[in-house]
Amino acid sequence: MIRFVLTRLLRAVMTIFAVVTFAFVVLRMSGDPAQVMLGPDVPQDAVDAFRKAWGLDQPLWVQYLAYIKSIFSGDFGVSMRDKVSALQLVLERIPATLQLTLPALLLKLLIGIPAGVYAALHRQSFADRGVILLAIFGFTIPSFVMGLLLVLIFSVILGVLPSGGQDTWMHSILPTITMSIGGIGILARFSRSAMIEVMGQPYIRTASAKGLKWSDVVWGHALPNAAVPIVTIVGFMVGSLIAGAVVVESIFSWPGIGRLLVVSVTNRDLAVVQCILLMIAATMVISNLVVDLLYGWLDPRLRAQTAH
Amino acid sequence: MIPNLVELRSLRVAFDGVQVLHGIDLDVGRGESVGLVGESGCGKSVTWLAALGLLPGKASVTGSVRIEGREICGGSRHVLEEVRGGRIAMIFQDPSSSLNPVIRIGRQITEALAIHRRLHGEAAKTEALRLMDMVGIPDARRRFDLYPHEFSGGQCQRLMIAMALAGQPDLLIADEPTTALDATIQAQILDLLVQLRAETGMAMVFISHDLGAVSQVCERVCAMYAGRIVEQGRMEQLFAEPRHPYTRGLFDAIPRIDGPRQRLIPITGTVPNPKNLPAGCAFSPRCGRAVEACRSDLPNLEPIHDGRRLACHRPVPVVSAPPVRTRTLEAV
Repeated sequence: MIRFVLTRLLRAVMTIFAVVTFAFVVLRMSGDPAQVMLGPDVPQDAVDAFRKAWGLDQPLWVQYLAYIKSIFSGDFGVSMRDKVSALQLVLERIPATLQLTLPALLLKLLIGIPAGVYAALHRQSFADRGVILLAIFGFTIPSFVMGLLLVLIFSVILGVLPSGGQDTWMHSILPTITMSIGGIGILARFSRSAMIEVMGQPYIRTASAKGLKWSDVVWGHALPNAAVPIVTIVGFMVGSLIAGAVVVESIFSWPGIGRLLVVSVTNRDLAVVQCILLMIAATMVISNLVVDLLYGWLDPRLRAQTAH
Repeated sequence: MIPNLVELRSLRVAFDGVQVLHGIDLDVGRGESVGLVGESGCGKSVTWLAALGLLPGKASVTGSVRIEGREICGGSRHVLEEVRGGRIAMIFQDPSSSLNPVIRIGRQITEALAIHRRLHGEAAKTEALRLMDMVGIPDARRRFDLYPHEFSGGQCQRLMIAMALAGQPDLLIADEPTTALDATIQAQILDLLVQLRAETGMAMVFISHDLGAVSQVCERVCAMYAGRIVEQGRMEQLFAEPRHPYTRGLFDAIPRIDGPRQRLIPITGTVPNPKNLPAGCAFSPRCGRAVEACRSDLPNLEPIHDGRRLACHRPVPVVSAPPVRTRTLEAV
């Protein structure tokens, strides 16, 4: 078990390392920060001075080694635009993003899973078809379309909810709904198919044949078996808590990580973009690790496999 | 008159409008052991899943299922839940997948004790350990908290039996309990069932296509074909002298280990599709003895003189004992 966790941790570190390297190289090859920051009409010596000041005149591998070294000492660099620590800039924005993504995650779980389970238990019924239809609708409509649609209905036509900004709790309603709809659809579909498969298993018939109450059969015997595929999907959702709001934050001018990322990429603010990508990779990797550990807890057969 | 323990009357089952069970009449007396034999798909298992309301929603079940005179067919969920496990318990073909893989074995047994005998906590655990011991799980105390995958197939079937016994049922339906097990384990499980029946006095319905196994545990046998019972009688009767050509065919297809080597006689053809059954007797297309009447009129299951019930226009003639007996009578 300990060995399993250690190998997974090592793999997690490798993954993050790969992401960091990739981001580093691609960012530097895709545009010159000096040009973007200073504008097109500055004289060449100003550009050179800028490059020298930020170490961009060094060969790529020298810059890379310096960067890796500073990461290990907890220094994520300084924003070229705001001249403050990139890490601080990013950390400041996290609460705003979580203010959207956490309630959205809660909505996905509380609506998606029960809807899927209900549909599975009432297969071929009107409710089942309704759930499938809504689920497909939910995850096929891109969030930028959904967001604009909601703005059109609730802000422009009805005028009951604000269309952007972060001033009151009312402001978070539309972005939260926009963000949760796709996830609700995905979870509903996965929960439904997982439950349908489990309900057809012989041990469910055994549980009924024992005389268990229907609700105990469903919640006590079926759902724990359907949990593995559901947890996998939820793991991805948790992993994207930090970065899942790029589009939605842009639509609703919400000052979170997503907006910061978009702005920083446009400005070629290298340290900030790298810091955000590192953060995204870390949350994704950690949540995957937690999911892997959960598998063993949920299904004793998998526990037996990982022990060997 | 004391009613039978369980009485099935014209039990019919249809899946999506396709009739698969065409009116089953069957009685099981207290403590009696009845075998149901027939090829796969003839409705052996469906009969009892239907009786206990365990078929999926798309199945429509009609007819009557009485337990000591009390009707349960079409009964409320509550009525059925009380019967399942408490009056009639059931064990299944594939023991390893019939136990819930993510629940500890001890809990799966105590769960049944809690429902049917209101046993909880230590009392339930003690009783569960006793049951595990009774069905021959060695070292039960240590293995109480293991999961099903940590037991072998034979042990899983023993655990299924322990779970079935937990509710102290009057009738145990054993649905092909040995089919998925290898030969030595099969014999052990059969012995266990015989022994438990002797100890508890419960009745048993043994569903199988293994006539050898049936002969070991049953007193009465019903042969089923295409959703109907075609012959029913005492075990020795059917084994000595099957009268329905289908029952006869089943016996002819068993290899013998005594006597000279002989070719097995298979029943030609396959079981008809329930969606389009032949007119008349469903077995007529595969039957060597079929005449015109067999292809047009459906024979009813009628009692015949020797006490068995038979559904056949042209039964296999009796060859052995009766003529001899007649001659003796004439001599007297």
